[in-house]
Order: sequence, then C-alpha cells, then structure tokens
Amino acid sequence: MKIQILGTGCAKCKTLTAHAEKAVQELALEAEIEKVTAIQDIMKFQILMTPGLVIDGQVKAAGRVPSTEEIKRMLVAPGGK
Amino acid sequence: MWPRRHVLSGGEEAVESKEVTSSVHGDVAPVSHSMRLRRVGQVMILFIGTAALWFIYRSLEPFAQWVTYSILAIPAGRHLASAVEFFVYEAPKVLMLLTVVVFGVGIVRSFFTPERTRRILAGRREAAGNVLASLLGVVTPFCSCSAVPLFIGFVTTGVPLGVTFSFLISAPMVNEVALVLLFGLFGWKVAAIYLGTGLAIAMTAGWIIGRLKLERWVEDWVLQTPAGTASALGEAGMTWAERIRRGRDAVKDIVGKVWPYLLGGIAVGAGIHGYVPQNFMAAIMGKGAWWSVPLAVVIGVPMYSNAAGIIPVVQALLGKGAALGTVLAFMMSVIGLSLPEMIILRKVLKVPLIATFAGVVALGILVVGYVFNMVM
Repeated sequence: MKIQILGTGCAKCKTLTAHAEKAVQELALEAEIEKVTAIQDIMKFQILMTPGLVIDGQVKAAGRVPSTEEIKRMLVAPGGK
Repeated sequence: MWPRRHVLSGGEEAVESKEVTSSVHGDVAPVSHSMRLRRVGQVMILFIGTAALWFIYRSLEPFAQWVTYSILAIPAGRHLASAVEFFVYEAPKVLMLLTVVVFGVGIVRSFFTPERTRRILAGRREAAGNVLASLLGVVTPFCSCSAVPLFIGFVTTGVPLGVTFSFLISAPMVNEVALVLLFGLFGWKVAAIYLGTGLAIAMTAGWIIGRLKLERWVEDWVLQTPAGTASALGEAGMTWAERIRRGRDAVKDIVGKVWPYLLGGIAVGAGIHGYVPQNFMAAIMGKGAWWSVPLAVVIGVPMYSNAAGIIPVVQALLGKGAALGTVLAFMMSVIGLSLPEMIILRKVLKVPLIATFAGVVALGILVVGYVFNMVM
C-alpha cells in the first residue's frame, strides 16, 4: 500500500502527514508514506487545492486535512470514502 | 493489505463492528429511531446554543464595565480604563462572531468546491467570465498556499487568464471573515462598500489583465501540463452530517489559527482606542491628507495579516478620525495583496506578469480609497 501526501510544504501538509502516519500506525499497516513536494509532480494528480491525500494512486482528499479517524476509514475500505 | 471488515458478520466481530458503524453514522441511509432522536438533540443544542450566545452577547457591555471599574478598579476617565474596557468587550464579541460565521461559511463552502467553480468558468468569455469569477471567488474555499495548483488547474482547462486572475484577486480580498467582522463592528453599509468595491476591483483588474494578452509571461511548463479532468473526488453527494462536520473543521482550523492575531489586533486596537487622542488620526489619515491613500497601500502590501487581525486595528483607526477610504485601502492592501502569495506565484508566472498583477490591483485599491474619501 502506498500513501502519498501532495503539498509544497505548508503547515497543513505537515499536519496531514502526521495524521496519515498515525492512521497507518494505529491500524498496524504495511504502508509506505511518500511526500510529493514538486509542483510539477503534484499537478499530475490534477488537484486544485493542496494538501492532497493519495492512496494507491487514487486522490482521496484535496484542500483539507482529514482526521486520523477519517484516514483510517479510507485505508480499511478501498474505494469507499 | 488489511482485510476488509464485515460490519454484520456477528460473533467476535461484533465489538469491532459497533465501532465501525458508529464512526460512519453520517453515511447510513435509513433513518433509524435513535438517529432521529439524535437529530432532534442536535437541533435542540443548536437552539440552546444560539440563545446562550445571544445572552452572552447582550451582557458583554455591562460585563466589560464591571471588570474594568469594579474588579480591576481603574478610575473612570483614565486611558487605561478605556483601553481595558474596549478589550474586554471586543475580544469575546469578535471571537463569538467569528466562530458562528466560520461555521456557517464552512457549510456554504461544502457546496462550492474549486472543481465545480472551474467547471462553471471553463470556456467563459471575458467580461461575463470576470464577473462570475469574482463572485465565485467569494464563496469558493481558497488558501494562498493553493494558489499555484489552482492557477494551473484553471488555465489548463480553458479558463481565460484574465478570468483566472479575477478569481485569484477576489478570493483573498473579498474575505468572508472580513465581511462579517465589518458588518458586526461597523454595520451593513461599510460591509456592503467593502464587498462592492472588492468585487469591482477583482472584475476590472482581471479584465484588464485579460486585455493585455499576457499569456507569454506564464511559465512555459504550466501550459504543457496535461489538462485537468473532472474531479476525482465525489464531493457532490455529501450528506448534511458531512457538511456540518466541514463547518466544524473550518472552525477548528480557522478560529484555531487566527485567534492569537485577533487578540493581538484587538489589543493594538485597544491601545489606540485608549491612548491616541481623539482626531489624532484625522491629521495623518484624514481626508485632507492626499498622500495618505498611497501611503496606506505602500505600508499595507508588504504587511501580511489575515482579516481577523487587521480589522480591530481598522476599527480603532476609524474611531480616531481616519478617513474611511484610507482605512479601506489599507485593509485591502494588507489582505488582498500579500508578498508570500506573490512569491508562491513566481513558480508559475514570470516577473512582468506578477508586477502587472500587483500594479493593477494596487491601482484599483488606490482608486477605491480616493473615491471613498471624496464621497463620504
């Protein structure tokens, strides 16, 4: 499982990274968390607002910071919200 | 991969499944009895909360006087007394106002995603597009750190450059927090003036930038970015529970971030209110001083504060005889034109375009300042 955090380094991106790390830890998942910071790479995901959360190549949230609980739900139910 | 949980598998899964269902209750379709009860409870909380807020609001003035003259026992008529009373009255009032508004705006914004705005604006002609973009800039969620992805996403899907700029100007400048604070502190006229002039600047500045045909000053790689498609997020079908959660998140996010600025701003305002002599500002920021408007803009642009921090200062300045146009120009240049945003935009725009953007907007703010000083 691969989790990508899209953002150029604003405060919200850091919070999102922390939430994602905590979610992975609490679920005891094997997941790689990658930070995508170059704007050209971020734009490949075609989001309009940062930060963005991508799980296995799919954009799950953009422009907001989902809570740890919400990320956990996204992780356990692929395809769901 | 973590095995998918089956909510109704019973047995040993029961405890776990309870936790899962309760955490996603907003998405469960059939309205059960307990959910209806909960909804009634939520409505009651809303009513009681509103009543409580109203009561607190009404008792703030006597409370501030009580704190100042009875608890702290500052003799009336002293500078300190008037500063303290100002602070004790304004700080809770403005914080309450801000919380209520940000919550409401968070809900409104769950209807206006940037993706939707882009869909509306794509392929629009200028003029009509500029008007629409400026209006949408007010309600679409925006933060200056998202200016770059937003710009690229708009331009590559066929939103004209000038229309994109109308949006980028109006989004930070016509700020809902500012609007409501102005309404709360000065009444609807000043709020309407702010809204009207802010929109006018966004529309005309965007239109002018469109007319100037500055596309060549956009960084080349931007236009080579593959055109964005429809949103990958299914944000449209949001439940009300989800929208309310967005409102709550907005409060946590925005109020949690701006309250120190707000208190700082009110403290500065309180200082001005208590210590600066009446009509002191009339000499330097009054109507008579023609140079005060450009000076306000020059000081305002490099300053970076959010609306919540600057408006209490604005209120105090107005109270001491500063002219409305000058103060408005100062406020708009602080929140509408920010140095950090321009530095971020440098990634996608070449310097001449950024300079034109800043110049046109600053000019618009100047015009607004002068016009108001003339007519008011």
